[in-house]
Amino acid sequence: MNVLTALLAGLVLGFGLIVSGMGNPSKVLGFFDLAGAWDPSLAFVMAGAIAVGVVAFRLARGRTRSLLGEAMQLPRAQDIDRRLVVGSALFGFGWGIAGICPGAGFVLLGAGSTQGAVFMLAMLAGMGLFQLQQMRPQAAACATNA
Amino acid sequence: MNIDWINFTPYSALAGGLLVGLAAALMLLLNGRIAGISGIVGSLLQRPRGGDFGWRIAFLAGIVAAPLLYSLVALLPEGRIETGWGPLILSGLLVGYGTRLGSGCSSGHGVCGLSRLSGRSLVATLTFMGAAFLTVFVTRHLFA
Repeated sequence: MNVLTALLAGLVLGFGLIVSGMGNPSKVLGFFDLAGAWDPSLAFVMAGAIAVGVVAFRLARGRTRSLLGEAMQLPRAQDIDRRLVVGSALFGFGWGIAGICPGAGFVLLGAGSTQGAVFMLAMLAGMGLFQLQQMRPQAAACATNA
Repeated sequence: MNIDWINFTPYSALAGGLLVGLAAALMLLLNGRIAGISGIVGSLLQRPRGGDFGWRIAFLAGIVAAPLLYSLVALLPEGRIETGWGPLILSGLLVGYGTRLGSGCSSGHGVCGLSRLSGRSLVATLTFMGAAFLTVFVTRHLFA
């Protein structure tokens, strides 16, 4: 059941990205171009999404199980650290270069864009790189223990 | 400030935004999960335990299927990428690495995090939006 509802949520998200214009990288860059011909549309996307999101998270407050009986798993991290800021800045530089965030990348992939597919491969490589880096200290720790 | 009235689409942007929010609401209220795309992809790369594999794949498959279904009933809006191959690959690497290091992207921090009034997500969102504004300023105006 949770697979079907996740599929539905993914579809709705994809439609939202298409309808809003977030699936069009040149439009996204138009929003980030404050000094040029500025297209404020993206602010309306965020406003619409957060308006619904705030209600949903308010409804979810205090629940330990979802409507389908799944355990509610919300992030517990609170700390604002270097990792959060540096990671977000790197993401922002990348987003500002091509105008593609991960969600838009999946939409472009589904639309059959070759450039979108290349972007996604690079994105996966970036995530893989992060993961390798995370594993390295662990591997070193194992080596010292052995 | 110079507003690009020709490309400004407040109604469709708002409508699409409401759908994005609805998707986050569905994931939260039905599955008890945050609809954070980079986190979902990242944990697939870490080989999640059996039960957590299916819904993640299904969620991402839904996003990929959306343009296919959309094009059956209406003309799919153009997704124009004006970035050359080199910068496109650099962009993908930065987006992949950065979202994992910063634990989220526009959906996880931007939509879900701000909706749950998370201070951490507010800092993340201000940082990545700021960095994107700066990047476009540098690439389009300083070194154009």
